[in-house]
Amino acid sequence: MSKRTDIKSILVIGSGPIVIGQAAEFDYAGTQACIALKEEGYRVILVNSNPATIMTDTEIADAVYIEPLTVEFVSRIIRKERPDALVPTLGGQTGLNLAVELAESGVLEECGVEILGTKLSAIQKAEDRDLFRNLMNELGEPVPESEIIHNLDEAYEFVNRIGYPVIVRPAFTLGGTGGGICHDEEDLIEIVTSGLKNSPVTQCLLEKSIAGFKEIEYEVMRDSNDNAIVVCNMENFDPVGVHTGDSIVVAPSQTLSDREYQLLRNTSLKIIRALEIEGGCNVQLALDPDSFNYYIIEVNPRVSRSSALASKATGYPIAKLAAKIAVGLTLDEMMNPVTGKTYACFEPALDYIVSKIPRWPFDKFESANRSLGTQMKATGEVMAIGRTFEESLLKAVRSLEANIYHLELKNAGQISDELIEKRIRKAGDERLFYIGEAIRRGVTIETIHEWSKIDLFFLYKIKKIIDFENVLTENPFDPDTGKAAKEMGFADPVIARLWDSNELEVYSWRKENAIEPVYKMVDTCAAEFESETPYFYGTYEDENESEVSGRKSVVVLGSGPIRIGQGVEFDYSTVHAVWAIKEAGYEAIIINNNPETVSTDFSISDKLYFEPLTIEDVMHIIDLEKPEGVVVQFGGQTAINLAADLVERGVKILGTSLESLDRAEDRDKFEQALAELGIPMPKGKTALSVEQAVAIASEIGYPVVVRPSYVLGGRAMEIVYKEDELLYYMENAVKVNPEHPVLIDRYLTGKEIEVDAISDGENVLIPGIMEHIERAGVHSGDSIAVYPPQNISEAIKDKLVEYTEKMAKGLGIIGLLNIQYVVAKGEVYVLEVNPRSSRTVPFLSKITNVPMAKIATKVIMGQTLAQQGCGSGLLPERKGVFVKVPVFSFAKLRRVDITLGPEMKSTGEVMGKDSTLEKALYKGLVASGMKIQPFGTVLMTVADKDKEEALQLAKRFVSIGYRLMATSGTALFLKTAGIPVKVTGKIGSEGPNLLDVIKNGEAQFVINTLTKGKQPARDGFRIRRESVENGVPCLTSLDTAEAILQVIESMNFSADAMDKPEEIQEAVLS
Amino acid sequence: MKKQLILEDGTIFIGKGFGSDTNSIGEVVFNTGMTGYQEILSDPSYCGQIVTLTYPLIGNYGINRDDFESISPAISGFIVKEACEFPSNWRNEQSIEDYFKMKNIPGIAGIDTRKLTRIIRQHGTLKGAICSISENPEVIIEKLRATKLRNDQVKQVSTKTPYPSPGRGRRVVLVDFGMKHGILRELNKRDCDVIVVPYNTAAEEILSMSPDGVMLSNGPGDPKDVEEAITMIKGLLGKVPIFGICLGHQLFALACGANTEKLKFGHRGSNHPVKDLQTGKVALTSQNHGYSVEENSITGTPLEVTHIALNDGTIEGLKHKEVPAFTVQYHPEASPGPEDANGLFEQFLQMIESHKEEGAAACQSVQI
Repeated sequence: MSKRTDIKSILVIGSGPIVIGQAAEFDYAGTQACIALKEEGYRVILVNSNPATIMTDTEIADAVYIEPLTVEFVSRIIRKERPDALVPTLGGQTGLNLAVELAESGVLEECGVEILGTKLSAIQKAEDRDLFRNLMNELGEPVPESEIIHNLDEAYEFVNRIGYPVIVRPAFTLGGTGGGICHDEEDLIEIVTSGLKNSPVTQCLLEKSIAGFKEIEYEVMRDSNDNAIVVCNMENFDPVGVHTGDSIVVAPSQTLSDREYQLLRNTSLKIIRALEIEGGCNVQLALDPDSFNYYIIEVNPRVSRSSALASKATGYPIAKLAAKIAVGLTLDEMMNPVTGKTYACFEPALDYIVSKIPRWPFDKFESANRSLGTQMKATGEVMAIGRTFEESLLKAVRSLEANIYHLELKNAGQISDELIEKRIRKAGDERLFYIGEAIRRGVTIETIHEWSKIDLFFLYKIKKIIDFENVLTENPFDPDTGKAAKEMGFADPVIARLWDSNELEVYSWRKENAIEPVYKMVDTCAAEFESETPYFYGTYEDENESEVSGRKSVVVLGSGPIRIGQGVEFDYSTVHAVWAIKEAGYEAIIINNNPETVSTDFSISDKLYFEPLTIEDVMHIIDLEKPEGVVVQFGGQTAINLAADLVERGVKILGTSLESLDRAEDRDKFEQALAELGIPMPKGKTALSVEQAVAIASEIGYPVVVRPSYVLGGRAMEIVYKEDELLYYMENAVKVNPEHPVLIDRYLTGKEIEVDAISDGENVLIPGIMEHIERAGVHSGDSIAVYPPQNISEAIKDKLVEYTEKMAKGLGIIGLLNIQYVVAKGEVYVLEVNPRSSRTVPFLSKITNVPMAKIATKVIMGQTLAQQGCGSGLLPERKGVFVKVPVFSFAKLRRVDITLGPEMKSTGEVMGKDSTLEKALYKGLVASGMKIQPFGTVLMTVADKDKEEALQLAKRFVSIGYRLMATSGTALFLKTAGIPVKVTGKIGSEGPNLLDVIKNGEAQFVINTLTKGKQPARDGFRIRRESVENGVPCLTSLDTAEAILQVIESMNFSADAMDKPEEIQEAVLS
Repeated sequence: MKKQLILEDGTIFIGKGFGSDTNSIGEVVFNTGMTGYQEILSDPSYCGQIVTLTYPLIGNYGINRDDFESISPAISGFIVKEACEFPSNWRNEQSIEDYFKMKNIPGIAGIDTRKLTRIIRQHGTLKGAICSISENPEVIIEKLRATKLRNDQVKQVSTKTPYPSPGRGRRVVLVDFGMKHGILRELNKRDCDVIVVPYNTAAEEILSMSPDGVMLSNGPGDPKDVEEAITMIKGLLGKVPIFGICLGHQLFALACGANTEKLKFGHRGSNHPVKDLQTGKVALTSQNHGYSVEENSITGTPLEVTHIALNDGTIEGLKHKEVPAFTVQYHPEASPGPEDANGLFEQFLQMIESHKEEGAAACQSVQI
């Protein structure tokens, strides 16, 4: 045994909030690693700012700190805890960068903390472009011609030498922030400028473009004895030019001969050995499709999104073994956890094909630039497993939950051939579907290859799928055809459409004809060794390997891909539900399709089915397993949306019944229920047409909140102030018809309150109440939430408790519910009720010490709150203040308006915890990435309606020594009120204008409130984007601005001159 | 064209035939490599066997000019989940379907190869037949049970006459028991002056070629069926440095007095970890063997175990304690598979060099 015995305690750094480029995969990696290190007997100290993770559960590590991931705060923890060592490679780029900063700050040396796994020098060699290039040259490994540049002039020099196109890669950034491909000078100026700004070391790599090469990745591992293996290789469907996080990826590689495979394998192993990495590493390579020439694109000396994918694709737990390697264990002395009989030192053999498709947020950000390049834009991904490429791909497509089941476009008939060509030539989120449509229109795969450089192998497979549509059409209800279609992955709704039938009919017909999937095991060894991994995927073949245990079982539906509005929080609840079901003595079966998550780690549940979350795929599993019932309330809207179809097919939903779900979600039924319970809600009605909408709005009075019914994260929700705005919205933002009603509510300005509770039907447990900093109108997911509430009276609290209890019982909730309230003019109104787990469950669970998902699951399984020894009603408030601060990924999404509103835009969250609100807010804001300067300048441009309120803030800023800048309108208003302000030019005015102020870093904060209309052309939009592009906090809600002001005030001693005698005199007299 | 695959245990698979339309009987074995089907199907060690690949998509990059391990395949049949109709790779020249047609070898696609692999894993290697859908399975099963497969595979695949593959470096006589071209390639790459000889060449004849070293190749079947070779190796021991691979390794062990045994379902794939007992390091290796050297039989022989399979502990490498000779059960020439063990060819050449030096030193001492 080579395990280190000289170290006792280890600090693990997490990856912080979910942002584009860094998602749930690091919760999966970190959780595995912490458990692995504890297993080996070390004391594990974890720090992560993200409360919505499993890894920050107190059971996962010996000491859990939810603190900002900055040198300041982590140093404090290091000094207090005095760990012997630190593992830097499990927390993504954030963790890695922080480890480097900590080392540079000297605190590691001061406290004698050793960096485990990968040495600092190796991290720098892999991350610093210059050092990396030198290393590759030493090894004789080819890298594309490139140059490190520090300014635009150097960039010009480079392109003058090698010509366009060139790729810009900023150094030390996440998900390629600020990078891109330049085809001409205009691109060059824009991308290089933003790249330099985004790089913490103001450094970019300019690189000869090798777009069109095959992009291949190898996931490699190495131990301290220099044993090195490849866990998995992967081939990108999209050739070089699209960020791998935004590419469709298959595993293993499909078009590489053994010679090519080994060539790149040798290179990858050579690199991991040269870097002396002890742990996991990801090597990205570009292979010429017409020769053996290749280039090294990039090396990530840590676990990554790709390693999470590789772990799920092969079953081989990379992060777990990387953690053990870090403490000295070697690959040949550890068992392969999948087989339990063979060793970890081997290379998994797959006997299936894995497809990964990214999930992009463009359904929420319609104005965003949807083309794909070197900067990642996806928020999450899905994975699917099949025995044919076609099956694997189509399963992945329907896992996306984009209401698409096939390679097709909505409104295909209205799309011109020209647009199709354009969309295939330039990669975008829907390219796969445009390819399908092009083939349907008779474009040859050779032409598509010429346009896209996508390998003909993949295009031919797509053509086979499209060609089979006709075979299906011509052979309705023919068993052989039906079977062949299922083997190719066709979904029932697609077959139904081609057969002029419906989904249920096709499903029943298949059952009668015994066309059903079997389940095969993911076992790392292609069946060579017997394995007992409970990890399965469905396919249409002969032998089923998934044996039903005979124990009573419960199926839990996961939440699918991470997207805005449905993040890692739901995976957190899912995992806890699974644990609780196991504890209750049942077999817990999970169905999910997200490779990044903890829930799809096969060691979490008794049985894992890696399958799409559609009714047919779920029903197949239920038909086989015959569980006691299905739990839908932890998987977010994904799972809830399946409830009706499940009940229709005779499946029992455990917990809150379908009728109750419907009563909470259906607007009319909900309104009726509240009326019966005597609980007020803002006036509102459902409109089925534009005319009706106008009538309703004028009846209840503007402003009104408008939104389509049954949506996630407030999608397409807006506040409108006038009739013309309403008309614009009705005609442009939604399609209103009797099947898709639009809800219109009175908009109440007031304090927004959020409550999560658990009900067993008799009693209701309310762990806590959260108050939002931003007033109603800003989506709850984008608001700063505070626990305990700071500004509401006991009377209001009592009312909140009363309403919550009434609704929980009145609506028939069994399990979790989440309620949004607004307190306006001393009255409590209900905004909405979510009869399910919510975004705030992990936050609230952690701060109140009430394991909500676990208790709720036991309630669902039939144990009352009393039987579980839980109290009821509102629990006493805990000491301290806790805030949840949203985190956005705007820097990665160009052209997206950052204004906060009813539609959710944040991708993640962090927690701040301290003894006072100000301290907690400071931590939360810092953890979210905001720089809070004790002095400086605020640039204000506010809408007329907000000027009065902004005046108060302006005064306070001035009194702590901040200077003000404003555009003429706002400035005039402030000056009139006697506040010193510097006027700055509006956009388009002569001389330096406010955009220059932002660009030049002359303002520390920008406060900008929305005028109206959301067209990007407007000045406000440009101001906001300019702030994002330049990393200046831009506050679009005066409430957020006030919170920050409060923090700065608390950081500052006052700077008031002594009062003059007459003033004192006055005060005394009055 | 529907075809059936019938196993001697009575299992019947229905699939789609490709390649030759002939019926075929053989020992059914599986290989877990995800790439390298062209090397596998042309590896003479599979002589008389019907090979199934556990990876489901086969033929994706086609058949090219360069990656053959023999001039003509010796396999009896090929079983896949899917045979790619539209291969894509810059070196691709034809689809596997066309290739099998050209070489007159039957293949069958559309098979649940995972199920088949699991049967082999549980039952051990078993006989099977690829035949027309019209055949009566009962009859075929009877026939399978009654059939005794040929045991002269080495004779079938070995060269009939010696031939040179000249170089300017050390002379190596390569005994062809069913040699993969990769071995010859590795020797040529190192400038060796190679003479390839038939499996039944006598030791004296080999020595008369004045070799600096002798290489014992891989090959098909049971080593005990190749008695001539065992005699030959005995005649070479101590007279010339020897390096053996796979069947060559097993024959060497038999020649040194050890014993071999049949494995339940063999090691066939590109991901087999082998531990070097001296350095403690693990190499990922390419393997293809159905027999192995019996561990207990080493005691009392002049052999020392140098390598073991990490997973089942079987012997993967041997060294003679007294004379310059070492052998491995796996394939350092790779093709297909990882090239981690490629250094063994260097080791062979170093052994030749040090043997030369020792020889020279011995001559000198005699002169004095």
